[in-house]
Amino acid sequence: MAFLPLAIARLILASGEGEAGWAIYQQILQTPRYLISLIQTVLVSLAVTIAALAVSTTAGLFLTRNRFRGRSVLLSILTLPLAFPGVVVGFMIILLGGRQGLFNTVFPGQVVFAYSIFGLFLGYLYFSIPRVLLTVMAAAEKIDPAREEAARTLGAPPHLVARDLLFPALAPALIAAGEIAFATAMGVFGTAFTLATNIDVLPMVIYTEFTSSANIAMAAALSVMLGMVTRAILFVARSFTGATVVAGG
Amino acid sequence: MRIGKVLQLSVTLLAAAFLLVPTIMSVLAGLTVNYFQGVRSGLTLQWVVKVWELYAGSIFLSLGLALACLAVTLVIGVPAAYALAHNPGRASRAVEEFISLPLAIPGLALALALLQLYGSYRGFRLSWTFILVGHVLYTLPFMVRSVQSVLAAIDLKTLEEGAASLGAGPARRFVDIVVPNALPGILAGALTVVTLSIGEFNLTWMLHTPYLKTLPVGLADSYASMRLEIASAYTLIFFVMIVPLLLAMQWASARAQRITQ
Repeated sequence: MAFLPLAIARLILASGEGEAGWAIYQQILQTPRYLISLIQTVLVSLAVTIAALAVSTTAGLFLTRNRFRGRSVLLSILTLPLAFPGVVVGFMIILLGGRQGLFNTVFPGQVVFAYSIFGLFLGYLYFSIPRVLLTVMAAAEKIDPAREEAARTLGAPPHLVARDLLFPALAPALIAAGEIAFATAMGVFGTAFTLATNIDVLPMVIYTEFTSSANIAMAAALSVMLGMVTRAILFVARSFTGATVVAGG
Repeated sequence: MRIGKVLQLSVTLLAAAFLLVPTIMSVLAGLTVNYFQGVRSGLTLQWVVKVWELYAGSIFLSLGLALACLAVTLVIGVPAAYALAHNPGRASRAVEEFISLPLAIPGLALALALLQLYGSYRGFRLSWTFILVGHVLYTLPFMVRSVQSVLAAIDLKTLEEGAASLGAGPARRFVDIVVPNALPGILAGALTVVTLSIGEFNLTWMLHTPYLKTLPVGLADSYASMRLEIASAYTLIFFVMIVPLLLAMQWASARAQRITQ
């Protein structure tokens, strides 16, 4: 187990061993290419988190509260991609939106989106849906629907029932699921590697710095930056949502 | 109310279609003579055979790695989970957080860190055990958590005291009391470790060498440089391996979870 702390310490040290020394972090913030890719990575990850929460919460609540034929098949389909590596997910998006993809075959024209930032967004959404769904469903199964029924019989409109009863009960699970989705989207590399040669997301930039430019200090510094920004955003999100839960209560 | 339900159902179905349609396309493409002409050109296993010729080595390497990774995580993870469940407290929580660190660090960063630290030991760098270290660090938290949650749910103290009063030493208690009771958690953890190790790419891509390509590394290679039918056939082989594992993993986790409730 000593591998881990040693390796991380070494990575942080390595980031300061370049020509620029520790000013390398300043350099990241002053170089548009790095800064833009950092912002782009954060924005895509945020968008994916919101979309995955919306889709998976809807589907998860529906699957928890309704029993019907084919439900378990539907559930299996929705959780299957859990075990797909990022590269395979990238390939799935190419099959949908690539040059020879489904959309370009059905609507011949220029419906190629696999290699754009939208394709990357879809890829991240693809592997986030199952993760968020499982977390939301685990929490939703513990909620007693009787409370909501009581509120409804007393005449509360649906949106108020959702706002005052359902979402507060789901909030911890939604936060946990959102954190997983966000952290995964920030760090995953396989999907971007398969899809995108044109999109600068941070993991791709780190990879090119390391392999093509052999700029090891910069690759290490960007990795440290990626990890820290992810942590920082999760921390802010947690204290922010914690605060609103308290205020709402 | 009814409109709401229809809307929920459509979102659910759309999401399922989004996930399922490309996998079906991929399976079909891997079995079709010519993808551009469609299924009408006939079904064939020639691409699967071709993939086997090209990439059988990668597939076996991944299986071997996954089993080795399982062995290591069992040997380290089960006693670690036992120790954590046995001595709950601040120190244990710190250790737990620490073991879980690789979940919070991007795989790429972890790989870079390992390369920085051990890249200069050429014998180690070029050996498959280098990739194994990465896989173990990444999968260990899943094993520990799975075993630990089952152990936390049973009354370990009473069971162990009973055994101790009958004269069983610590080693005997671990083998005869702890392991059998933790078995559902060990099974769920084991299936998770194997599934994750077979599919791991983020770390492995940085750690692999031209002579040590794992299954997902081979997949990336085929997506970049092979015709679509071969890439699809390779993906099909991957699905055939991973889907039963995933289903078994979900079954085992659900079973382990019932115990903890």
